[in-house]
Amino acid sequence: MSEVRSELKYLSSHEWARLEDNGLVSIGITDHAQAALGDVVYVELPELGSTVTALEEAGVVESVKAASDIYAPVSGEVVAINELLEEAPETVNNSPYDDGWFFKVAPNNEDELDDAMDADQYKAAIEDS
Amino acid sequence: MLQKTPLADLHVALGAKLVDFAGWAMPVNYGSQIQEHHAVRKACGIFDVSHMTIVDVSGAQAQIYLRYLLANDVAKLSRSGQALYSAMLNERGGVVDDLIVYCNADEYRVVVNSGTREKDLAWMQKIAANFDVTLAERDDLAMLAIQGPDALALAAQVLDEDLSQLKRFYGQKIVGEGSETYVGRTGYTGEDGVEIMVANALAEKVWRRCNELGAKSCGLGARDTLRLEAGMNLYGHEMNDAVSPLVANMAWTIDWSERDFVGKAALEGEKAAGVKEKLVGLVLESRGVMREGYVVLAREGGLEEGRLREGDCGEGVITSGSFSPTLDCSIALARVPVSFETEAQVVMRGKKHPVKIVKPCFVRNGKAVK
Repeated sequence: MSEVRSELKYLSSHEWARLEDNGLVSIGITDHAQAALGDVVYVELPELGSTVTALEEAGVVESVKAASDIYAPVSGEVVAINELLEEAPETVNNSPYDDGWFFKVAPNNEDELDDAMDADQYKAAIEDS
Repeated sequence: MLQKTPLADLHVALGAKLVDFAGWAMPVNYGSQIQEHHAVRKACGIFDVSHMTIVDVSGAQAQIYLRYLLANDVAKLSRSGQALYSAMLNERGGVVDDLIVYCNADEYRVVVNSGTREKDLAWMQKIAANFDVTLAERDDLAMLAIQGPDALALAAQVLDEDLSQLKRFYGQKIVGEGSETYVGRTGYTGEDGVEIMVANALAEKVWRRCNELGAKSCGLGARDTLRLEAGMNLYGHEMNDAVSPLVANMAWTIDWSERDFVGKAALEGEKAAGVKEKLVGLVLESRGVMREGYVVLAREGGLEEGRLREGDCGEGVITSGSFSPTLDCSIALARVPVSFETEAQVVMRGKKHPVKIVKPCFVRNGKAVK
């Protein structure tokens, strides 16, 4: 059974978002997503300093099996990217919610996260699929 | 309802993720397919390939029949278990399937794919109507592939049998406990190893013993990246009923000696007209992963652009692509115009990426092929 963390917000495209204490939003893909993808071999992240838009493509994750677009849960400036994923993309499989985060955004409007699913809604969504 | 091999319950108990493969519930991995891949390159892995179809061919005309049915010539085989890789063609010279045939005294054992089982059996039966032969499908047997540098020694221990005299691409029978086991020193990984055909009821015991001795359980995911690194074709990808062996890097498997075989006239016609495509290997030097179906274009401003012959479409297609765990980059097999030489471009997600064209064999016996 895939892990779904209660404190996170989710998109139906299997990204998670965490509003940090410093106001930034960390973004990654869920445990369910990494399991479905299989071994991750390559992650293409947005450029540092670039702007991402809520629900638009912000990167790509490639596994041995498939390529999958990553969508941004919120709009804003990319203020950090996880450089570890370049050398060790398998971190996405091993630690999807912690060491395997993708990038951090300074959100224009953190209320955009209210439109995302909470843990219970996401759990229901992946159980149906 | 998916078909199950005799090992299906064991796979689940071992934590496998099962997928639908040609109508069979098969393990795709037991966790990480990359770790399984490395285990086979460095030590030993075990695969369930019981979904494959085993057919015994016997009768007074077994040899004459197979010499006509197959594009490679079984007359080359020593009768003491020697094996041969061959295409089975249709009249148009397309590939009905690829297979391995073992020659044991007066009998032959043919192993064909699972996804093609029904059409293969129908085709083999149809051709058999004109010969004094008997075809017997052996669904009473499971098939396990034990592969990797440690595989032969491990298999010898598991089977309690001296395999030191078993040469590569030979098979041998092992008689014991009221059932017969067959061991072929063959595989689909580019490593040394064996494929064991054993009574369904004994399969789980053999698998567990292999695990105990250190063979890592491996799924079809690793099997695919291993065969891709080894440059081995996968039916339905590199070739099919409409693709000639001559454009699928299988010309070496065609025996042109005097005998007739199904599809020979079509292949001779194709050769006379000039073969227009070839199967090559591609190596992506930038990041990303090449996938089946991606378009392969001539190098920007390259010689090939001005040398395209009439009728060439000027582009190729990737037939299998993935990430190579051994080389740590993406590799692919592609069917391209024969004019393509050393460099090309692959269109990935809307962008052109330069790739190197290489012989379709990337890794052998644990090492990168330069």
